[in-house]
Amino acid sequence: MSNDTTFKTAIESHKAIQNGDITAVSLAEETFKTIDSSDKSIKGFLSLMKEQALETAQEVDDKVKNGETLPTLAGVPIAVKDNMNVLGTKTTCGSNYLKNFESPYDATVITKLKQNKLVMVGKTNMDEFAMGSSTENSAFFSTKNPWDLTRAPGGSSGGSAAVVGAGQLPLSLGSDTGGSIRQPASFCGICGLKPTYGRVSRYGLVAFASSLDQIGPFTRTAEDAAHLMNVISGHDPMDATSLQDHVALGSTKQKNLSSQAVEDFTSNLNNDINGLKIGVPKELLGDAIDSGVKEKIQDMLSWFEKQGATWEEISIDSFNYAIPAYYILAPAEASSNLARYDGVRYGHREGNESSLRDMYKNARGNGFGAEVKRRIVLGTYVLSSGYYDAYYIKAQKVRTVIKQEFEQTFAKYDIVLTPTSPTPPFKLGENVDDPLAMYLSDIATASANLAGCPALSIPCGFSDGLPVGAQFIGPNFSESKLLNIAHIYQQSTGFHKETPVR
Amino acid sequence: MEFESVIGLEVHVQLKTKSKAFCSCPNEFGRQPNTNVCPTCLGMPGALPVLNEMVAKMAVRAGLAINCDIQNRSVFSRKNYFYPDMPKNYQITQFEFPVCLGGHMDLIQNKKRIGITRIHIEEDAGKLVHQGAEGVSGSTGSLVDLNRASVPLIEIVSEPDFRTAAEAREYFEMLHEIVMYIGVCDGNLEEGSLRCDANVSLRPVGQKEFGTRAEVKNLNSFRSVERAIQHEIKRQKLILLDGGTVVQETRHFDDATQTTHSLRGKADAHDYRYFPEPDLIPLVLSDAQIDEERQAMPELPLAKRKRYSSELGLSDFEVKVIIGDMDMNTYFEKANELLVTAKLSVTAKETAKWIVGDFNSFLKETSDDFGNTKVSPEELLSLLSLKEQGKISGKIAKDVLKQMIETGKTAKSIVDASGSTQISDEGALQSIVDDVLAANQAVVEKIKNGKTAAAGFLMGQVMKESKGRAKPDVVKDMILKSILG
Repeated sequence: MSNDTTFKTAIESHKAIQNGDITAVSLAEETFKTIDSSDKSIKGFLSLMKEQALETAQEVDDKVKNGETLPTLAGVPIAVKDNMNVLGTKTTCGSNYLKNFESPYDATVITKLKQNKLVMVGKTNMDEFAMGSSTENSAFFSTKNPWDLTRAPGGSSGGSAAVVGAGQLPLSLGSDTGGSIRQPASFCGICGLKPTYGRVSRYGLVAFASSLDQIGPFTRTAEDAAHLMNVISGHDPMDATSLQDHVALGSTKQKNLSSQAVEDFTSNLNNDINGLKIGVPKELLGDAIDSGVKEKIQDMLSWFEKQGATWEEISIDSFNYAIPAYYILAPAEASSNLARYDGVRYGHREGNESSLRDMYKNARGNGFGAEVKRRIVLGTYVLSSGYYDAYYIKAQKVRTVIKQEFEQTFAKYDIVLTPTSPTPPFKLGENVDDPLAMYLSDIATASANLAGCPALSIPCGFSDGLPVGAQFIGPNFSESKLLNIAHIYQQSTGFHKETPVR
Repeated sequence: MEFESVIGLEVHVQLKTKSKAFCSCPNEFGRQPNTNVCPTCLGMPGALPVLNEMVAKMAVRAGLAINCDIQNRSVFSRKNYFYPDMPKNYQITQFEFPVCLGGHMDLIQNKKRIGITRIHIEEDAGKLVHQGAEGVSGSTGSLVDLNRASVPLIEIVSEPDFRTAAEAREYFEMLHEIVMYIGVCDGNLEEGSLRCDANVSLRPVGQKEFGTRAEVKNLNSFRSVERAIQHEIKRQKLILLDGGTVVQETRHFDDATQTTHSLRGKADAHDYRYFPEPDLIPLVLSDAQIDEERQAMPELPLAKRKRYSSELGLSDFEVKVIIGDMDMNTYFEKANELLVTAKLSVTAKETAKWIVGDFNSFLKETSDDFGNTKVSPEELLSLLSLKEQGKISGKIAKDVLKQMIETGKTAKSIVDASGSTQISDEGALQSIVDDVLAANQAVVEKIKNGKTAAAGFLMGQVMKESKGRAKPDVVKDMILKSILG
């Protein structure tokens, strides 16, 4: 296994390139070969960027030849969810409406990947406009779970999770509005992090629900996630909701850095977790949770006890209201965010209409899939005059209560630990006709988006051969702490090293 | 039955910032369609708005100028409706929490205080260019130009305090003047830099409740504001007198027919589904920032008027003309400043007289204006100084000014080259005086007999012979001395 580049970590590959043990070009070529053979069954990619990727890889190799020090993760292949704009390439958002849309600009995260010379190999499949939890809402095809091809990889970032889970490459980017990074990470047996809202620029990320959307990494290890966070995070003047760069309290490097400096997410990875206080909401250990999942969470809690950490069952009452509030606020914002897809300037336009109304109707009626239309209708309804107070305002109040309850919880506990998903990966097709059942797979994840705080999912075992993920939620800016805990866990356990049989 | 009309105005003011409201595209007109655009103002997927700070500053300045309460925290909202010239199909505006609340403005002629409800910040839409017809009906297609999309506007909403069309007109005129003088708007009405919506309703005199109102949209001249309201009052009055009811609706004013007609009724009214814009953070303004804007506030037109008439002694007409033309005003202010600092004997009143009078009419002949004239205020003052010192006559000064405007040469160089300085040397004039007296003996006799006023004719002759260069009072002295001894 050690000679197989496919399951190497990103940082191992990066070091090998820097040391001249392998070239970035050979790594990229091998990655494309792997994709060629394994993506036929996984179907994680919507498009590949072979030419650009090899060009970047060559630049990296030239730098190595010239004895230059490479930037973080330079030369490492990475896949990007197809809702991030990459100049001159298609950005479809998994939608028929944007099937032929070519991006006129780079998203800020893409600019950062380019600056750091990561090798972008392609764009990954997703639920249309990031609405869904299985990637079955892609207008093009479903992505398969690498652990069981009859099962869903999760969603909406299912493509990005599956290609890392399948070992096609070590890194990818996803976006998380209600769990769209963490749930597929859990389903595909990898690590996924949703950063604090505002920590990674949203400029160029096609909006689903602006106040909830956040870009984050998929990796196999917490260490790789920390490195990738170093690349993609930081204040962006192009995003008004982007936070000023922040050094978390307790960071060992804080004293050496000015307040404007970007945090080094790797600096706390090896901190001792003895004395860590964990809160486990009983709301997420009830009957709604699969028994196999509960068992693995219990195993993880026992492991924590052995490390000198303590955990207590707690109650976060507002967790019960997170899904209803989320499914009001997210569609409300989406109904407005998706209004721009009108057939006027770009996207689906049939062109045979005799009136403006018909043009809109065809562009949107035929350009969007059922789930997107369902949410637009839902969102339009809750914002309508006469319903606004009863739905939107009420949901905002719930959001405020969730924030407050998290704050109160974090006054007593370092992190909140939950199963990431109530079930192991479900069968493809199992939930497609039951939107409510599908919505409930976000039950553990959506509250972190509503509160804005960071949350991470890592594999904590297998139930009937299917991966189970545990979620750590921390206070704002605690990514470093979450990564530290995950890293220590991965140092003494082997779940993240398990690979699906190919 | 007697009716009282109740009118409120909403005035959209286009801010003259360098860049657009939420992106860095230049806020400029006259370019090729769709060249003044970027992913953000085109509504491309994933592009985000960021507030241009100057927009907030200008909104604050406008608010302070009309006595508003500037809010320390205001919130942007989305106003959702579909229209092909609106790239995102929502307009970023302010709804529940606008940047300014509760101001007022005093009308001078109508002697009345008009309440200001609020000022909010919003973005403009693009433009539709219909092919083959004036409007959408009858056209073969419509093109969208998004150069204007996301240009910053402020909307100034008045209380329903107007009772006549004349009051509304004066308010619009005064507001126009204020926003130009505080530097937030170029005031170009033809290009739509200020646009006004009028809400008009009627109620029986003595009744407290408002009647049903109609909103007349998009009035972009002083005259159309007045005429549209007049027409609307007349129309509603006829309906009410006839026992009918006014329909709540949006109406359009047709300049050609001077009438209003229905655009859309209440049933077609949009449900804008306002909600807080999640892509922008609230606009937070500290007291210090608001104070900074207050300190930087230029002199308002009202104060300027007072100063011109009481301190500088300008006539009402001169004040009106000089304030009515921003370029002329800037020019006059510069000249006035110079004559004070240089301690010239030329007065502000004299300078104003020239600027409003001959200078202004000469510029019109050459289609120039005070913004681009070749004659600097310094040069105008050196011309007026030459006249004041008696070196040239008023008539010659006019000719010289005309040449200065045409050629851009200095007053001194023109005067020197033409030798047109005044002659006050008696030796040089004596022979001309002698010749004139010899040729007009009859007049000389009249003067000898006490009719000294007849000397004016002789003076005219001497001036003519000297090509206007003789100094009149010197000539007069010489004539009288020669005849009367």
